[in-house]
Amino acid sequence: MRKPYLIPLEILGILLALLWLSPFYLMIVNSLKSKREIFEDTLKPPSSLTFDNYVQAFTELDFLKTFANSIFITVMSVVIIIVFSAMAAYALSRSKSKLSSVIFYLFVAAMLIPFQSVMIPLITIFGKIEMLNRTGLIFMYLGFGASLSIFLYHGALNSIPRSLDEAATIDGANRFQIFWHIIFPILKPITVTVGILNTIWIWNDYLLPSLVINQQGMETIPLKMFFFFGEYTKQWHLALAGLTLAIIPIIILYFFAQREIIKGVSEGAVK
Amino acid sequence: MRIRDLSYWLFLMPVLVALILVVIAPLLLGVYYSFTDWNGISANGFVGFENYTALFQDERFLDSLWFTTKFSIVSIVLINVIGLSLALLVTAKLKTNKIMRTIFFMPNLIGGLILGFIWQFIFTKAFDGIGSLFGIESLQGWLSTSSTGFWGLVILMSWQMSGYIMVIYIAYLEGVSKELIEAAEIDGANVFQRFRHIVFPLVAPAFTVSMFLTLSNTFKLYDQNLSLTGGGPYDSTQMVAMDIFRTAFSRYDMAYAQAKAIIFFIIVAVIALLQVYVNKKREVEM
Repeated sequence: MRKPYLIPLEILGILLALLWLSPFYLMIVNSLKSKREIFEDTLKPPSSLTFDNYVQAFTELDFLKTFANSIFITVMSVVIIIVFSAMAAYALSRSKSKLSSVIFYLFVAAMLIPFQSVMIPLITIFGKIEMLNRTGLIFMYLGFGASLSIFLYHGALNSIPRSLDEAATIDGANRFQIFWHIIFPILKPITVTVGILNTIWIWNDYLLPSLVINQQGMETIPLKMFFFFGEYTKQWHLALAGLTLAIIPIIILYFFAQREIIKGVSEGAVK
Repeated sequence: MRIRDLSYWLFLMPVLVALILVVIAPLLLGVYYSFTDWNGISANGFVGFENYTALFQDERFLDSLWFTTKFSIVSIVLINVIGLSLALLVTAKLKTNKIMRTIFFMPNLIGGLILGFIWQFIFTKAFDGIGSLFGIESLQGWLSTSSTGFWGLVILMSWQMSGYIMVIYIAYLEGVSKELIEAAEIDGANVFQRFRHIVFPLVAPAFTVSMFLTLSNTFKLYDQNLSLTGGGPYDSTQMVAMDIFRTAFSRYDMAYAQAKAIIFFIIVAVIALLQVYVNKKREVEM
């Protein structure tokens, strides 16, 4: 039986959802207007549908190239974080040594360090060894991303019985074989979580790439968006079209994988 | 696996090297630099605590620290209240609860830089439009004063993060057993009593997690600050992260910026540890 107080709640929910969406509504509606039309009224829908703003924003953002740059950096970093964090967490969870728990807590403690506290020497060090490039950036993502990923993998590994490893050892498998063929497949649910959390972070990250990859043609979406916005601050019709373009890829991903994404985020936070 | 096995070190080496080169070495080097007159290229000598004492007379830094603190407190309260309310709303048996979850969570997928730009349009253009349409003067000229900049940042962060915190509360709320609530209902407990005495204590661990996440996200905020207000007008909405960045990369005062960065680390670490400690203690008592 539906309780009577549910109807006002339902209406409240719908109103709130509309309120939450209104920034996107305003962004899209105005991205389809001319500069003059935005100046006259920001709230009403565009008088005619033209995609001129999008065509110009697409060209000036060099969108395909920028998008490919973002994909490359995100995919490479996330894969590397997953592989090496899972391996490290495995070693740490399967060793009874005191040293292992010291190393584990070192990773956990590193999560407390704000990026700004290490930013300046980090850039100096990597500048000296000439690693202020994409390789350096991906390596940095491993350094910053490993802590949370190891923490999550470590928790999951503790619930996998050691007898499984031991049985495989008796069958003559070495450590790498045990890890890759037996343990890693069992870790799949947590791998999805680790992958999602790191993807959202790296895809949207602005500050680190802005310090590390400043060469033209290498920019990721947030980086390019920053320069684009600086050029078109007073030309909202173009800026808004650019912003809409920038968020389309992640919204499409969300549309297809929202269950996994919400579950991944909640697991990553709760554990 | 034993620590004298080669495989142990092979498994551990890549992340350990990365952590040392990316986090630990820069932190240690940063502590060292903060006691010198380092200018980004070379350090000529130790200056003792000079950078640190200068910092406590630096109004720009103290203002940004105060602004960050105010902003964090207001945001943490709002985000948690809104987040918990949304969680309660979408865990009621509504027809639309799936789509509502999707919508409330959506801003979290988009980078802070882009969200800040979108809201800059809303505050400066759309607010203006709504203001003149309904004759509300207070909606005009947003982000041009320190207080509208402050509330602009608070609104942006609440809109973005409430959905994230909602997801965390949902995870705990769904663990509250239906039988327990129904039993209380039969015993005559009203909605508020049920919430206060059954749901609230059971979701207490969610507070620990949510407080930690909101604090760390608001206190260290940079992207949204940069794209929404850019620290303006006249640096009055500049938060600590941005002040550190600008001291280093706009004014090239490297050693001094690094001293700020170390103080920033100490504050963040102390608050985080204190918070975890207090919350854990409270959870046990409840």
